[in-house]
Amino acid sequence: MPRLSNIQFLLTVGLLPCLLVVMFLFFVIMEPRFLDSANLVNIARQSVFLLLIAMGQMIVLINAQLDLSVGATVALTSVVVAMATAATAGGPESVLVGVVVGLVVGGAVGLLNGFLVAYLKVPSFMATLGTTSVLTGLALIISKGAPIVGVPLILTDSLATSSILGIPVTVLLGAALAVGVGVFMSRMHAGRDMYAVGGNRAAALVAGINVKRTIILAFVLCSVLASLAGILLTARVGSGEASLGASYVMLSIAAAVLGGTSLFGGEGVLWRVVLGVVFLGVLSNGMNLLHVSSYVQELVIGVVLIAAVAVERFRETS
Amino acid sequence: MNPLIDIDQVGKTFPGVKALSEISFDIRAGEIHALMGENGAGKSTLIKILAGAQKQSTGTIRLNGTAIDFNRPQDAEDAGIRTVFQELNVVPQLSVAENICLGALPGRSGFVDRPRMLQRAQESLSALGTPLPLDAKAGSLPRSSQQLIEIARALMGDAKLLILDEPTASLGEQESRRLLQIVKDLAGRGVAILYITHRMHEVMEVADRATILRDGEFIGTLQAPLDESVVVERMIGRPVSSLYQHSMRSPGAELLSLRELTTATLRQASLTVRAGEVVGIAGLLGSGKSEIGRACFGLDKVLGGQIVLDGRQIETPTPARMLSQGLVYYPSDRRTEGLVMGRPLLEGMTMGSHRAAGLRLYGFLKKGEESRRAAHIGEALDLRPMLLGRKASAFSGGNQQKAVLARGQLHAAKVHIFDEPTVGIDVGAKADVYRLIDDYAEAGHGVVVISSDLTEIIGISDRVYVMHEGSVSAHLTGSNISEEAIAHAFFSHAAA
Repeated sequence: MPRLSNIQFLLTVGLLPCLLVVMFLFFVIMEPRFLDSANLVNIARQSVFLLLIAMGQMIVLINAQLDLSVGATVALTSVVVAMATAATAGGPESVLVGVVVGLVVGGAVGLLNGFLVAYLKVPSFMATLGTTSVLTGLALIISKGAPIVGVPLILTDSLATSSILGIPVTVLLGAALAVGVGVFMSRMHAGRDMYAVGGNRAAALVAGINVKRTIILAFVLCSVLASLAGILLTARVGSGEASLGASYVMLSIAAAVLGGTSLFGGEGVLWRVVLGVVFLGVLSNGMNLLHVSSYVQELVIGVVLIAAVAVERFRETS
Repeated sequence: MNPLIDIDQVGKTFPGVKALSEISFDIRAGEIHALMGENGAGKSTLIKILAGAQKQSTGTIRLNGTAIDFNRPQDAEDAGIRTVFQELNVVPQLSVAENICLGALPGRSGFVDRPRMLQRAQESLSALGTPLPLDAKAGSLPRSSQQLIEIARALMGDAKLLILDEPTASLGEQESRRLLQIVKDLAGRGVAILYITHRMHEVMEVADRATILRDGEFIGTLQAPLDESVVVERMIGRPVSSLYQHSMRSPGAELLSLRELTTATLRQASLTVRAGEVVGIAGLLGSGKSEIGRACFGLDKVLGGQIVLDGRQIETPTPARMLSQGLVYYPSDRRTEGLVMGRPLLEGMTMGSHRAAGLRLYGFLKKGEESRRAAHIGEALDLRPMLLGRKASAFSGGNQQKAVLARGQLHAAKVHIFDEPTVGIDVGAKADVYRLIDDYAEAGHGVVVISSDLTEIIGISDRVYVMHEGSVSAHLTGSNISEEAIAHAFFSHAAA
């Protein structure tokens, strides 16, 4: 087998995995605590929320669309789930109520976004910008701008703090969903159709694919994943907050694109998006451990993001 | 006479591939020189070298006796070698004048010098002998006019050699004739033309000489008058008994019937297609011939009339519904409507067909089965190379077309509508497409072929409908099918 030169290796594997390894080693050397199992579990737990939302964003991006409303979906889910569970007795049924109500919110938001984009032909950027405002407004109206308290403890105990064999339930859930989304996109008929619709909508239509239904399904999946993140976040903070989730809009797009998902549709692989999420998680955790100020962190994330995407583009064109 | 361009032993090697091996021929001022060969014969490589986009590995190119060495396309343009590529490069939002002067806008201290721009654009256009509204947005003009904008841009300044890469590929018969006339006029004024096309009759009509390449090798340069069968034989390297397949068959029951179909373009168009026959649809660009296929398949909105498929009336056609009812439509433009260029060719072959072909189970794809079926169909259609995991964009036009044609094999189809099935594909692939069409007809399917290529229509059709202004202006059968009869009906309303 011919030996690959360094450059060739970079070009075939891509920059992201290499950068991840380098960064990981850097933090290990700079701060031994980084490698503590507690810290690694912490990174994983922190990353699950972004992972769910970024996977949804990836699905929508593959369809050549964009969902700016994921953050507002998290917020509305949080408020509604908190209200619904606060009204229950606090037994195991509270968890069921919380999850079902949260998923219904996500499903409804996805249907709305999908309908606006597929049937009313509103560009997804504008449609989801609009729904962002609508959902945020709804969340603020329902919560009257204050955190909703009274979320039963069992919600936090079961979804946020419990663990199986030392691995947090949140992380197991995230891993299972990642496998599910991966299988869906690469092995299922509906996932394959999404690559076709995003890659060339006219050709997909002529080939007999139901383009509108495919796009709606993508938005529903994205919103449902965002609402799942909303449920988990609510369980974790123990109250309903209309301010949750706003930062995830840009981060989810960043993670997806960092993972090689095309902004123009038709391209994107799940495992690379997972790497993108892990990358952002490790970067932020490591900088926290090194006491890098949050202002500097913002700046570093921006620079790394631009550099990584620019290099990926270079790899594609060379 | 000294040649304008002297191509001397020019070769080009890519890592592991010899794209061109020691090609030698010359191009004279004022001649129309056809460059012919199948896809992959090396035409594109040679053009790119002449246009300064690539460098030859060996050999020399001389312009008026002086060896030239281009490092970038701009060098070739400065030397007077201008290329109009197949893909249109006009900016639809800009005006005609701005498009013509694109990249060389006359200006003064950062501002566009508008009078000078208009004057230059006008000069270029008058060299073509065609008026175009200088202030109109390029996007609002038909494709043929956009093509002229590109040619006008290429003629700015002192053009010595004009390379035209399939300039008529997307034009109708009438527009093509106009363009060919313009090309002849340009040659008459001393510009050398290197003309690349897959349309044989154009070469017969205008070329003074034709150079033929095959598999990167120089086969020969022929003098007009050219003999079509000799040219084709040289191109594909074996004698062709007949390009067109037309087996004996007798048509059966009516499979598709359009009754007074009306859309934004069509006006009460009626026609029928029977089992076991090939029905040709001819017409000029804008006559409604393409819209017949699009309306049947649910791509254009039906405003009135009926579509009856296999005895059942179709209320609101959509592509998915028509496919499930056994009607397959093969679009004319593989790039925009046929395949997803950035995805593996395999996915393009099976796209939308998984349910019909039994390639899914409980929503899951049967990936192994999918690959086997695609490979099987690819072999039957002689698709090359059989590396179906490669991106669709990496395949030649003919092979992309074959991938689109796979749909007909995966759906339980009874009626096939081909819209310009052989546009921009090479002779070998054409023969494969005609063979497939003939096989379908022989198997008792109904086939509709919509085409701007009259020779093709005449060669393969049992019956021909001619479209004019949205309705059928002639219905020709048997010995009545002739180029004259069709051309006559292009311009006249129905007698019946």
